[in-house]
Amino acid sequence: MANNRQSMRTHKSYFAFVGHRVSGLLLALFLPIHFLVLGLALEGADALNRFLAFSELPLVKAAEWGLVVLLAIHLLFGIRVLMLELTDWPNSADGRTAWIIPSVIAALLVGVIFLAQL
Amino acid sequence: MTVVRGLFIAQRYSAMLLAPFVLIHLALIIIVVRNGLTAEEILSRTNGSTLWFVFYVAFVLAVTVHAPIGVRNVLNEWTRLSGGVVNVICLCLALLMLSTGLRAVFAVT
Amino acid sequence: MLKVSIWRGVDEGEFIDYEVPMRANQTVLDIVTEVQRNQEPDLAYRFACRVGVCGSCAMTVNGRPRWTCRSHVNDVIDGDRLVLEPLRSHPRIRDLVVDLAPFFETWKGSGAVFKPSATRDDKPVKITADDPARKNADAGIECINCAVCYSACDVVSWDKNYLGPAALNRAWTLVNDAKHGERKETLNKALGDGGCGSCHSMGNCTRNCPVGLSPSAGIAGLKKFALRGLPKVEKP
Repeated sequence: MANNRQSMRTHKSYFAFVGHRVSGLLLALFLPIHFLVLGLALEGADALNRFLAFSELPLVKAAEWGLVVLLAIHLLFGIRVLMLELTDWPNSADGRTAWIIPSVIAALLVGVIFLAQL
Repeated sequence: MTVVRGLFIAQRYSAMLLAPFVLIHLALIIIVVRNGLTAEEILSRTNGSTLWFVFYVAFVLAVTVHAPIGVRNVLNEWTRLSGGVVNVICLCLALLMLSTGLRAVFAVT
Repeated sequence: MLKVSIWRGVDEGEFIDYEVPMRANQTVLDIVTEVQRNQEPDLAYRFACRVGVCGSCAMTVNGRPRWTCRSHVNDVIDGDRLVLEPLRSHPRIRDLVVDLAPFFETWKGSGAVFKPSATRDDKPVKITADDPARKNADAGIECINCAVCYSACDVVSWDKNYLGPAALNRAWTLVNDAKHGERKETLNKALGDGGCGSCHSMGNCTRNCPVGLSPSAGIAGLKKFALRGLPKVEKP
């Protein structure tokens, strides 16, 4: 049965589906934490600054980079989904798969710019 | 109108709102980290600004609609949880996002 | 010689290996028939027309669902091996035969049942070939109900509620058909529980459809209607 799955899941639109779904899940888990941290500002700038100092740790910084890339990926894959569902297809067999690789490259580019700004 | 169709429409319309919001947010993240992330910097931008207040409230509302519907689909498809349990989890997630999100907006503006 | 592994049994079972002489112009169905005639008389498989019309001979061939009568061995063989299994996502009956009844049930769920909007006494509806709705319907109408797309779909495999690409493709052709008397009802069913909202546009249905249809595009069309409402078609 192993090969029953494999060939069905080694194509770009499957990758786009998984990427969109997993990035969305991780962002949904992260958001409440993000909001709670910003809520620290209620206790004054010092409380927020103490957390921001923690966020300078390399591992936290790396996670932050990941989140930025995830957000960009979810945005770009999401735009593809909206295009698929709202506009006419160029032809009936073309699920705009040509957008998938450029979307990944663009998301990574956002990540590179983010790194360059550090 | 079925519940499923309502949720589908809500998720797509919130996505259309979120797309420009996320673009602005990404641009902001990149600009802000260049100067180093400090509470003073964030608060000086957002404190007392009606524009940022409206933007972030809309952002939080859109994401509160968008994300739990997506999580609901994932849980229904990829777990054995019953539909009722999934609905409760996603409603809780929505309430959590809404409350922490609005609290964060009030904290920084 | 071809090395052919065929699933024997129902849910419990095993692959049995057979050797079949290589010939020119062999289809996968020819192979199964040769095994059944010469080596394994009680091998269960299903076929009828042998020419890609009836849609009854689909199986999983080297990991992908295919109609076997029009699949040439040379096009699908992996080295000298052919692995034949029943179609995925259907209840198994025996060996290569699956029960298609649940698949056909999904057609009712999606509202994919034609209801005439006129009687034999009415004048025939005038529909032009370049009518946009008619073009939409035409694009999906050649489905032979072989269930290959249903078996190819990952969402079908993990979401028992999902109606699947074939039923939704049929619903798409009906909501675009001016002669269909229940376009709104069909659309509501296709947009309801297990309907087009469950599709994630992975496109396995379209990639595997032996007739070259695109259920993905039809389902995307249904989603567009979900957001924008049902467009008017020329009334009879």
